[in-house]
Amino acid sequence: MKKIALLVTALIAVGILPIVANAAPEDDLKAFRAYFKKRFPDTSFQEFTNGNYAVGIASADKRAQWEDAEEFPPYELPLEKGQKLFETPFANGKTYASCFKNGGIGIRQYYPYYDPNTKSIKTLEGEINECRVKNGEKPLKWKKGDIAAISAYMASTSRGKAIDIKVPDEPEALAAYERGKHHYYAKRGQLNMSCADCHMYNSGSYIRADLLSASLGHPTGFPVYRAKWGSLGTMHRRFGGCNKQVRAKPYKAQSDEYKALEYFLNYMSNGQKVNAPSYRQ
Amino acid sequence: MRNPAKLVSSAASVIAVLGTLALAPVAVSAEESSVIDEGKKLAFDRKKGNCLACHQIAGGDMAGNIGPPLIAMKARFPDKAKLREQIYDARIANPNTIMIPFGPHQVLSESEIDKVVEYIYSL
Ligand code: HEC
Ligand code: HEC
Repeated sequence: MKKIALLVTALIAVGILPIVANAAPEDDLKAFRAYFKKRFPDTSFQEFTNGNYAVGIASADKRAQWEDAEEFPPYELPLEKGQKLFETPFANGKTYASCFKNGGIGIRQYYPYYDPNTKSIKTLEGEINECRVKNGEKPLKWKKGDIAAISAYMASTSRGKAIDIKVPDEPEALAAYERGKHHYYAKRGQLNMSCADCHMYNSGSYIRADLLSASLGHPTGFPVYRAKWGSLGTMHRRFGGCNKQVRAKPYKAQSDEYKALEYFLNYMSNGQKVNAPSYRQ
Repeated sequence: MRNPAKLVSSAASVIAVLGTLALAPVAVSAEESSVIDEGKKLAFDRKKGNCLACHQIAGGDMAGNIGPPLIAMKARFPDKAKLREQIYDARIANPNTIMIPFGPHQVLSESEIDKVVEYIYSL
């Protein structure tokens, strides 16, 4: 039995068996990291957080262009705006800081998390809007604009801090984790592709002119500023875009489905340092 | 597909082994060549085959490299029915493939697939 288990782990590690069996989250995490380490031997664990600009994935040219863009990043202005919004009191005189641990500073690495009181997954954007509603303000629109700016500012105060997501041994937490994992590995849409097809099994390859990034490290730079969007966007905005590419109907931003996916991906990025916001082409 | 170069060279050696026999030019009728042209359009169209997303094809720009370059197809698929099967539903050969199941998912119609097959077979 033990031999078989060992063999299975080895096959997963070399990428022969897709990781679909109901394994404990810690085992998934080990296998996930091992997969990318083997696929990109020249890319360090932290380096993956630079997406398709990572050393060992991007060409030297592409990498240099991105480094130039990060010198005077186009997200500076929205980031300043995010800080201003974050610090401006609501009509009742309270601020966002009153809703978060440590006044909202340096906490992004704990999001999303499983909340045992509501037995649900809480995202940073979700709690930004909860805070507004609690203080008599209208919720912001998801995905871009002010919410992305505030979230980006909050995340920027966590730069350099390692993602630290827990999946407690409780049925609802595990169910959310499994739901996100399932979304990640399941084929979907008319074009029948999974997230893993593009960002795992074919990461580092070109799909048409696009270099596919590795999922390991995907969340750390979000919200990202994407030139194609001309603005900041949250992870759920990106999920919707990637669902649409395969002609699948996207879920709503902050739906349980995307919250679960975000939870899974952040768990898979445990130990990698927040570098949000990041610039993307 | 991590090493298209290797595949190209092995395909090239297959041609070398088969010699000119398999690739002897066959007269192509005008009707056939218009089918091939239509197949090419469908293969290159981003909303249809979009084969260039994953395959290098002679004459196509900015091709991806997820799948092997599509060259010397007669040498690689002596049986045209097998080639049609691969394009119709790549899952038959590889259940976990990223290649789109063009037929079963109705991304291309039966007659569109026939045209694409003729085009790919001409490569
Ligand atoms: C058909 C291929 C394809 C599929 C399937 C796909 N993506 Fe993507 N994705 C891309 C491309 C192309 C980009 C832009 C280049 C890059 O960063 O990889 C991208 C970018 C992303 C990014 C942004 C990375 C960054 O550093 O800015 C995230 C996050 C992402 N995808 C997540 C997902 C998730 C989650 C799924 C499944 C729901 C998914 N993708 C499915 C092609 C795909
Ligand atoms: C999203 C990626 C993708 C797209 C789009 C795609 N393919 Fe493929 N194709 C592959 C991969 C990967 C393989 C390698 C075998 C496998 O994994 O199934 C392949 C294999 C093939 C093969 C077999 C090649 C050989 O020598 O074994 C043929 C022929 C082929 N594809 C034709 C096409 C045609 C024609 C189209 C468009 C109508 C197309 N493909 C679109 C990914 C793709």
